[in-house]
Amino acid sequence: MGTPEQSQLDLLLAELDEDIRVRHAEAQDLDAGDADDVAARTLKPRPSVSDIVFRSTAFVAGIITVTIMLAVGLFLSLRAGDAIGAVGFSFLTEQQWSPETQKFGIAAVLFGTITIAVIAMAVSFPLAFGTSLLISEITRGKVQRWLITLVDLMAAVPSVVFGLWGVFFLQANVIPIAQWISTYFGWIPVFAVTGDNGEVLTEASAFTSSAFIAGIVVGLMVVPTQTSVMREAFSQAPPGEREAAFALGSTRWVMIKNVVLPFGRGGMIGGAMLSLGRALGETIAVYMIISPIFVINWQVLKTGSNSVSALIALRYGEASELGLSALMAAGLVLFLITLIINFTASSIVARSRSGAESEA
Amino acid sequence: MMSETTMDSTTELLEPLPAADARTGSRAATEQGGLRARPEPRVVRRTQIPDSSGIEDAPRRTLRGVRVEDVFYVLGSLAAAMATATLLFGWIAPLTGVAGWFVVTFLFFIGIYVYLMRLSAGGQEVRDKLATLLMVSAGLILVFALIFVVVYTLGRGAEALPHLNFFTQTMEFAGPLDPLTEGGILHAIVGTLIQIGIALAITIPLGIVTALFLNEVGGKFARFVRTIADAMTALPSIVAGLFVYSAVILLITGQRSGFAAALAITVMMLPIVIRTADVVLRLVAGNLREAAYALGATRWRTVWHVVLPTARSGLVTAIILGTARGIGETSPVLLTSGITAVANFNPFDGPMISLPLQVFDFVRSPEPTMVARGFGTAAVLLLLVLLLFVIARVIGGQGAGVLTARQQRAAVERSKRDVIRMSPRGPVRGGQRWASRGKTTDPTSSQRSS
Repeated sequence: MGTPEQSQLDLLLAELDEDIRVRHAEAQDLDAGDADDVAARTLKPRPSVSDIVFRSTAFVAGIITVTIMLAVGLFLSLRAGDAIGAVGFSFLTEQQWSPETQKFGIAAVLFGTITIAVIAMAVSFPLAFGTSLLISEITRGKVQRWLITLVDLMAAVPSVVFGLWGVFFLQANVIPIAQWISTYFGWIPVFAVTGDNGEVLTEASAFTSSAFIAGIVVGLMVVPTQTSVMREAFSQAPPGEREAAFALGSTRWVMIKNVVLPFGRGGMIGGAMLSLGRALGETIAVYMIISPIFVINWQVLKTGSNSVSALIALRYGEASELGLSALMAAGLVLFLITLIINFTASSIVARSRSGAESEA
Repeated sequence: MMSETTMDSTTELLEPLPAADARTGSRAATEQGGLRARPEPRVVRRTQIPDSSGIEDAPRRTLRGVRVEDVFYVLGSLAAAMATATLLFGWIAPLTGVAGWFVVTFLFFIGIYVYLMRLSAGGQEVRDKLATLLMVSAGLILVFALIFVVVYTLGRGAEALPHLNFFTQTMEFAGPLDPLTEGGILHAIVGTLIQIGIALAITIPLGIVTALFLNEVGGKFARFVRTIADAMTALPSIVAGLFVYSAVILLITGQRSGFAAALAITVMMLPIVIRTADVVLRLVAGNLREAAYALGATRWRTVWHVVLPTARSGLVTAIILGTARGIGETSPVLLTSGITAVANFNPFDGPMISLPLQVFDFVRSPEPTMVARGFGTAAVLLLLVLLLFVIARVIGGQGAGVLTARQQRAAVERSKRDVIRMSPRGPVRGGQRWASRGKTTDPTSSQRSS
């Protein structure tokens, strides 16, 4: 059984062998013949036409992108120069904003911006921290995927919608809490709400449109960014160390405290800073909620605050040449702050990522 | 039967056949031939399973189960906290407000829960439970906040949405005092579509080609471009609007227009699209690229036939999410597009309002009908964003290069067609061969008889 086929196969294999031998010999002959009169070829890639077109198109796109973005930066700095030249260093210390009388500065608006951002961080950090740990450490499978989707979805909700919610719903419901805080913690200067002559205010109208309410809304808006950066950092904690912690008998929280958090520290700080950058630049929700004032207001629960972006939205239309330049300067300062924060944050995240490897 | 198969394979091998055919055929032939040429006695060792009869299994323990008392602790302390908070708010303390009630309930809940746990568990366990509880409550607060924002907007918008005229009319002839049966937001919908369309027409080609430049061409300049693009993601959107307002509107066009608004949205969206597309392209496995280069493909062919198709779903997701962000942006549009109540189809002339700006404009009015219109517009905007988000999830559900069942079938079909096209016998006869093989008839019977 099977002999005819077998012999046929042998025949075939022999034939193939022979063929390969012959070709090999031919190739060797060819090599030997050429080696005498031809020098080694220089291997130099010659890009095809399509490659040249592709490379140059891509290069041009890169140039256009850089041009657009540098144009924004350069234009802002050039136009801002006029205003800063007009008032000099007092641009950073003056609280008023009246370019018509050559008296303007961003001290008050910058203070308001930072107040709102700090309140936003105080609201968003615990929420983002808890939620990202919940997603990365506690939930599994379907619930985990749903939570991730919901958090991403929250990042896509337009800021004007958050602003609406803040004005029409949150404001009325937060005022009692603000009143309560100012009543019982009024001895802390930040939480006090006093009138012009230092008398304590308790009526609800003193608590509307405050930095506190704007900060809560902005905080909710930046939670998703923060959560997703933190979640990624936490999920990169090495499984070997996690299991080692469990094997030593630690509870889940002890494991998180001793393994996940040290590994995810960079991501935590970076995520918080990234969202701080976004909180500083948020415009429309802040603009809808606050009532703009141009004095430094330490009492975060009291009506009235301001931010650089709200100032731009408020004053751009009526601005004169110098007024516009002053707004540009304010915008430039804001941009520089967010730029520094963003770059610091991304370098922290990147460094923590490269350091998060383990042998386990 | 056995010998016939071998016979077939050998016959196939003897003749110049399509590549795929020949390979499988020859492998089958050598395996079978080899077996028969060296008929070594093979010792079969099977895994021995010990006889388990007579041994009774204990019921399997659940290691991660939830104890009944855990549930009771949570429910009990929740009930106690709610009761205490209600009592406080109703009778004892001068407290008001729903949000305050929730805060007080939550604090009581934590306190009572910890106390109950202390009764039966040690410090470590209590701390673990408390941490878990806090994490879960952070997640719940976030999810409820999101759902509440969405439901609240849709609910308040429900007043305006059922009126069909809300979608088919503009506010041109409707004043603030007119009922909801007059006027609508057609002009804002048109404006949003035109503005986002222009922005996408600039952003998609420029963003993706720039991302390709960063990943596929590379070099010093590419690193510079990446740094600049990263820096621009920090640009506050209002500053982008201010730039377009003073550089384009004041210096060149002299009037607010849809095009200026589209430019402002572009300045804001471009870095986002570049950055996300950059990340997606980086996820394309390097060995796919190397395989293409090894086959002699040029860089452009590799990009067009390997990199872009592999990253397609991710790129589409990046664009859609960028679109969702761009549609919802109010502040750059606030400075650049101008406010109007008339439908304007020309992006280069005259003000053109968009949905977010229309929301902003409506709710500035104290009239309840205008506020209702504002919420209706916000609901439309929100639904649009949700729709885009769902589409992005459906398309971008897989990672780079992961195919759905349908895409996989399509890929198999394509490679079949390629084999046919490349077969040295020409497409027609090859096609017949493939067709006959598909019907499991003996593929070589006709050849042998001829």
